[in-house]
Amino acid sequence: MWRRRTGGARRSPEAAQAEPAEPVQPAEPPALTIDALGRKCPIPIIMLAERINQVATGGVVAVLADDPAAFTDVPAWCRLKSHEHVGSYELPQGGWSIHVRRNY
Amino acid sequence: MAYLDAASTEPLHPAARDALLAAIDAGWADPARLYGTARRAQMLLERARAEVAELIGARPDEVSFTSSGTQAVHLGVLGTLAGRRRAGTRLVAGAVEHSSVLHAGALHERSGGEVEIVGVSRTGRVDAGAFAEAVARPGTALACLQTANHEVGTLQPVEEAARACREAGVPLLVDAAQSAGRLPVPGGWSVLTASAHKWGGPAGVGVLAVRKGVRWRSPLPEDERERRRVPGFENVPAIVAAAAALRARTEEAEAEGRRLSALVDRIRAEVPRLVPDVEVVGDPVLRLPHVVTFSCLYVEGEALLTELDKAGFAVSSGSSCTASTLRPSHVLEAMGVLTHGNVRVSLPRGVSEDDIDRFLAVLPDIVRRIRSSLGVH
Repeated sequence: MWRRRTGGARRSPEAAQAEPAEPVQPAEPPALTIDALGRKCPIPIIMLAERINQVATGGVVAVLADDPAAFTDVPAWCRLKSHEHVGSYELPQGGWSIHVRRNY
Repeated sequence: MAYLDAASTEPLHPAARDALLAAIDAGWADPARLYGTARRAQMLLERARAEVAELIGARPDEVSFTSSGTQAVHLGVLGTLAGRRRAGTRLVAGAVEHSSVLHAGALHERSGGEVEIVGVSRTGRVDAGAFAEAVARPGTALACLQTANHEVGTLQPVEEAARACREAGVPLLVDAAQSAGRLPVPGGWSVLTASAHKWGGPAGVGVLAVRKGVRWRSPLPEDERERRRVPGFENVPAIVAAAAALRARTEEAEAEGRRLSALVDRIRAEVPRLVPDVEVVGDPVLRLPHVVTFSCLYVEGEALLTELDKAGFAVSSGSSCTASTLRPSHVLEAMGVLTHGNVRVSLPRGVSEDDIDRFLAVLPDIVRRIRSSLGVH
């Protein structure tokens, strides 16, 4: 909707679609993929919290989600839980693959 | 029921109620006519205008009354853009402005204008440097900044923004909807908007003040009302009540603000202590005296609101499941904070300390029950 965004803590899902600042493809394949497509927040976050320990420390979990809230909430969860938000990559069918690195 | 949703609407102030009842009898006639009852309505209207003008730091002839705060913003944004067409078509606004600002911006964009949105920090405060750079870009017709955010309470850098706008020769619209009557109105605005029901006046009264010398052209068909700024018959009794409420509220603001702010501090400190996995959002210091917002991990906002309602608490939420759009609040999104499990507590005038004690007593168990229903323990 908006032509230009400047400054600030983060970008909106639309801004991310309009002008991707992150690489379109992840650099590292995920060790685990959680399919939360069609699920509303907080379910994708709950699935992530339940299963992140299934990968080794340093491993990457991909959360597939199409609830717009997940685009904001997965990175916010990472910040609160001291894990790393690696990036959010658009899926061809809509939604994102949101990659999280287990830090501990 | 404990009403903790003052940021949506403040209950009618007793002074407004008295003024409204009196003005319904004395101020019903058409203030544009010339007979006795009409002159009386006009006198009441002009007295209310003078009073509001004094309280917001304006001249009476700069102040118009609208039918809502939203209408004041729409007219303020679109009218200033229309008046400044020759200067350019760029509109600059903060990312967490009220939807009325963003919707007016979207309309402007659909009509060929340009909109630049300036981002905010994690606490929801507009980046003053980025705002100054944005208004200095050529072709900027108008900049908009709220005094304080309606969802998280964070105060905005209005003085810095006003300085930048003055240097760039760009008018600044300040949306004071959340702070009018609670905090002093900052100077430096070119256009000021506010909403009476947020300060304890009746619904249906907004304030649009346009500084003398600021170019403004009505985006609507004009008539003779409100200095040709707002078409339609004025609601004189409600305007009189709005002025009375603003006067009363402003006089109480310092003492009541201090009391509410201490209660907010308490909620800010106690909620994360009593409830695990909670993020209190918004600036802890640079904030409105009466608003506190937090998000609970692994909780649906709608379930939380429903349970709090059952327990006797009226609060609001920016979570997507509580919004008709199914999109989380653009404010929380722009801040990059948790959007689910979100609760905004906003304290009305005179709220009792007992209500806050009770709120803090019931909240932990409600959150625990909702989490456990989702399998989170």
